[in-house]
Amino acid sequence: MEAENAISIWFFVGLALLVNGALILAAGIYELFQPPTHQVVLSRLHASVWWGAILLGVGLFYFFRFHPRRARSRRD
Amino acid sequence: MTPTVALLATTASTSSRLVRLSPVDLAIVVFYFVLVLAIGFYLKRRSSTGEDFFMAGREMTAWIAGLSFMSANLGALELMGWSAAAYEYGILATHAYWIAAIPAMLFLGVFMMPFYYISKTHSVPGYLRLRFNEPTRALSAISFAFMTVLMSGINMYAMALLLNIVVGWQMSFSIWVSAITVAIYVALGGLRSAIFNEVLQFVLIWAGAFLIPILGLVEAGGWQQLKAHIIQNASIQYVHLWRYLGSFNNPMGVNWLGVVLGQGFVISFAYWTTDFLEVQRIMAAKDLRAAKMAPIIAAGFKMFVPFIVILPGLLGLVVLPHLTGASLAQGGAASYNAVLPLMLVRYCGPGLLGLGVTALIAGFMSGMAGNVSAFATVWTYDIYGALIKKNATDKHYVDMGRWCTILGVLISIGTAYFVMQFLSIMDYVQALFSIFIAPLFGTVILGMLWKRTTGKGAFWGLLIGTVAAAGMFGWERQDPSAVRYLALSIHARPLAADIYRALWSWIICVVVTVAISLFTQPRPVQELNGLVYGVTDIPKEEGASIFQRPAFWATVVGIVFVILNIIFW
Repeated sequence: MEAENAISIWFFVGLALLVNGALILAAGIYELFQPPTHQVVLSRLHASVWWGAILLGVGLFYFFRFHPRRARSRRD
Repeated sequence: MTPTVALLATTASTSSRLVRLSPVDLAIVVFYFVLVLAIGFYLKRRSSTGEDFFMAGREMTAWIAGLSFMSANLGALELMGWSAAAYEYGILATHAYWIAAIPAMLFLGVFMMPFYYISKTHSVPGYLRLRFNEPTRALSAISFAFMTVLMSGINMYAMALLLNIVVGWQMSFSIWVSAITVAIYVALGGLRSAIFNEVLQFVLIWAGAFLIPILGLVEAGGWQQLKAHIIQNASIQYVHLWRYLGSFNNPMGVNWLGVVLGQGFVISFAYWTTDFLEVQRIMAAKDLRAAKMAPIIAAGFKMFVPFIVILPGLLGLVVLPHLTGASLAQGGAASYNAVLPLMLVRYCGPGLLGLGVTALIAGFMSGMAGNVSAFATVWTYDIYGALIKKNATDKHYVDMGRWCTILGVLISIGTAYFVMQFLSIMDYVQALFSIFIAPLFGTVILGMLWKRTTGKGAFWGLLIGTVAAAGMFGWERQDPSAVRYLALSIHARPLAADIYRALWSWIICVVVTVAISLFTQPRPVQELNGLVYGVTDIPKEEGASIFQRPAFWATVVGIVFVILNIIFW
């Protein structure tokens, strides 16, 4: 997967985690201020907030670590 | 490999739904579809030759090949089926992930990959042609192609039924959207696109499913409390892996011999070492060391899959104690066959629910893409190129690969609708595996390990083993009491019957192959270099440190495997 000018699979993985993490974190924060009428079990743990933040953090790392521009500059 | 029979329907589907997706959930699902299609379009320019399209350029690292190898197996049928099996059989269902996977994956990496890799074959049937003859290849290729599209269609139907029950989507909508997406990204980018997406799907499956056992354990009060509740609600047999396998009197109705020889040896080795859907991912590795390491890496991850599959089923026994064994369509939210989505809905609010549903869709699509890409390769090289149009140009075969990817998807869609109309066909799903793959393992392993095996022996062994397995299945259908002979106990459950049928068909294949080989002329030894153990020069790993050696990591994984079995004995 390290062919010249190829985008790494880990960049796509980072992008997926980044976008999903951001959406889940945003939904979790929204729920903090606007609790839904139908709450899930253990909603007091606010899993959306911390799990969304973890996914966002991991996603950011992979997104920038394997970004095509950064990979190109490393090759140059 | 999946207990799908109970999972799926025997009546028309239901229109009720468990939950309504919020806009943020829908955004996550839509983003997933956009991303997998984008990957397919991006990789189109890198799939112009046969080697690119069918073998992903043989440039995958050990990690990517290993994760793809695992992901192709981690379909949502697998996730849903084994969660339901954990609810039904307790922790015994974990055998499917440990003894029925780890030894075979390590064996593939350490002993078998050199032969698949050095021979530079495109497929498992292709190896059989190099080792034996054209008829053996044709027999295995045709049976594999048939099984693959059927499985793909059943996978698709299962996904549509699940999404209909969980989120209320129309079944035709789910079937066509997922099928067209898979067809586009595999037809454009070939195996490379399938592998890329499988790695992405692997990550999303873990991201979407990881929270369920964590939150479930919090609710249950921890592992010790969970065990105490299971013993109280069900039986102590539900929390021990081996202790109650001395007889058939356990939730699975199978004894240790069936687990070790049937599930742990024949079914497991057949699936992980000869099912081309799996092996194709490893053949795409960039070198022999990567090819050997890939299944070992996969085995390391595989040991921890029960955390996201088996544990939710066990947790369901405690937090959802009154689910029934009705099929998914009959029981819906009251059936333990839906225990995984029920747990998902229990703990996951907006956003997390979308990710969980995406994980299930990703699981189905990775399984479907695996089937379709393997079908395209076997059809193009082992059926079309071998029997219909020999010596065509490479471009012609790539075009054929693209078209038969689309054709394979269309046949799968047809199969999905066929299954919808004739639901009893679901009873044949598990049997397909024992009929087609278990005897094939006998043929391949004898071919690799015994230089005296002949082409005639291999062909007739494979054919008679396959016919015998089909005959046993027919006998069980006609007379259910036949399980007392075939599975050694009248108490044998369907899973036990599958295990023993696979074991007998493998034994029949091996006995017939050996007997005929002893009376027929073997190939000269010098023609077997690169194909058979003992007459092949396998490259030495001189200069590699111990941490670079596959054998070292296989030993580490093997030790962890033993420790886990002792802990949960």
